[in-house]
Amino acid sequence: MKAAVRKIVGYAGAVAILLAGWQVLAMIVDSPALPGPAPALQTFGNLFFAALLPEALVSAWRVVVSMALGTALAVPLGLVLGRSPRIDAVAAPLIFLTYPVPKIVFLPVLLVLFGIGSVPKIVLITLIVFFQILVTARDAARAIPPGSVLSVRSLGAGGTQVFRHVVVPAALPDVFTALRISTGTAIAVLFFSESIAGTDGIGYYIIDAWSRIAYRDMFAGIIAMAVLGVVLYELLEMAEARVCRWTRVGR
Amino acid sequence: MARVDVQALSVTYEGVDRRVDALHSLDLSIDDGEPIAIIGPSGCGKSTLLLATAGLVAPTSGSVRVGDEPVVGPRLHTALILQDFGLLPWKTVMHNAALGLEIRRVPAPERARLVTEALERVGLAEFANAYPGELSGGMRQRLAVARALALEADLLLMDEPLSALDALTREDLQGLLLDIWRQRGHTSVLVTHSIEEAVYLGRRVVVLTPRPGRVAAIVENPEMGDDDFRDTPAFYERCAELRRLLAAEGAFGEAAS
Ligand SMILES: Nc1ncnc2c1ncn2[C@@H]1O[C@H](COP(=O)(O)OP(=O)(O)OP(=O)(O)O)[C@@H](O)[C@H]1O
Ligand SMILES: [Mg+2]
Repeated sequence: MKAAVRKIVGYAGAVAILLAGWQVLAMIVDSPALPGPAPALQTFGNLFFAALLPEALVSAWRVVVSMALGTALAVPLGLVLGRSPRIDAVAAPLIFLTYPVPKIVFLPVLLVLFGIGSVPKIVLITLIVFFQILVTARDAARAIPPGSVLSVRSLGAGGTQVFRHVVVPAALPDVFTALRISTGTAIAVLFFSESIAGTDGIGYYIIDAWSRIAYRDMFAGIIAMAVLGVVLYELLEMAEARVCRWTRVGR
Repeated sequence: MARVDVQALSVTYEGVDRRVDALHSLDLSIDDGEPIAIIGPSGCGKSTLLLATAGLVAPTSGSVRVGDEPVVGPRLHTALILQDFGLLPWKTVMHNAALGLEIRRVPAPERARLVTEALERVGLAEFANAYPGELSGGMRQRLAVARALALEADLLLMDEPLSALDALTREDLQGLLLDIWRQRGHTSVLVTHSIEEAVYLGRRVVVLTPRPGRVAAIVENPEMGDDDFRDTPAFYERCAELRRLLAAEGAFGEAAS
């Protein structure tokens, strides 16, 4: 309870500081392209149900599906690679060659292949999240102390039980960290892909407002996108607190 | 029945850039229900001997038999307590204690009964829902003991289970281990660095040579388990004898030899 109150107070303080900074910056820049927080938030309120919420839901759906897909594919694969030197020997070079390639350059290809709807965006974000989680899950699985595995094996556990009782839980906190970091990347890629090509989503809305020189609308969109990121991040944090309860003890 | 027969056991590890002979042709027999302590210089292969007996390390040559069966993998009624306890930080006290039973597919009600009993036995019943991270070192150690107890093992292998504890907690848990052994009469193999602990908990004390480990000497210790053995002259004599044997094996480093 106390922790929840402290968190709310913390957030309120942070929001106040950000708004104040924004206000100061808007006054210094003094350009219609950077409205102050008051008019921007007012527009945000006015447009919320009519325009922002529907677009934000489309965007949220894309990000959530992509992150879920990327995680569902990457975690099992990464854990197996981390625990099996033989499979790893084959797959690791492939990963190390492809991981550093910026996947975003494939957006044009995906647009040609899948059109301008949700599919190319989901494929692209999934791909990026997949690699980030894959590398993390693999490293986490490799770093598991042999003692943990040995103790469970001494109790008679076979391969799948070692995975269930040791490998998966041991890697979970790292996977969650990677996921939270990926949120930022995922939203950035979402914005990019929606603004490059498409007819919906909050990224499209922002760029559309920009081309209409509707700076207040544009800022309302930017706020919506920021809120989307914060909500996702917080949801992950809540999920982690539930799933990885043992990491919160003794602190 | 858990008679242990180790015959000409050698274990060689293939390290990253070299091979290590951990054990070389070690022979040892332990009677059913006998408590034994093993002591020897660091790195002489004590943990390896336990792991081989638990079926987790395969002999390079020689064999280990428990009961009438050669050991080829983890055995249903062998419990192993590792040097670092082997607790899983992501499982609560209750689930850690139940882990062996869960892996052995013991039905849930039976599991709950055995775990409750074991936790009560080691005095952790009220911490059933805590995580290991919330326990003190001594409590963690007791949890490791509870997990082994819950298995109703007839062979209990312990790798320096008390070495990380302070003197008071240590004596307390030594008493607990002795009580449990007196109650259950399981075969017990305790690896320890402490001479006093070996004499307190081993009816025979096996002294190993430096690596590669072999049996250097076996000290008979028939008074083990007697009330107040720790305060008798026999106890001190036995400790002194072991200290001499260990010094002869160079267990105290260059300075002593
Ligand atoms: N998994 C392994 N791979 C390679 N070498 C190992 C491995 N485990 C142990 N060894 C080596 O085998 C030897 C015996 O190790 P072991 O752990 O059995 O010794 P120990 O008697 O238990 O030592 P300590 O008293 O310090 O716990 C050591 O020299 C160690 O370096
Ligand atoms: Mg050891």
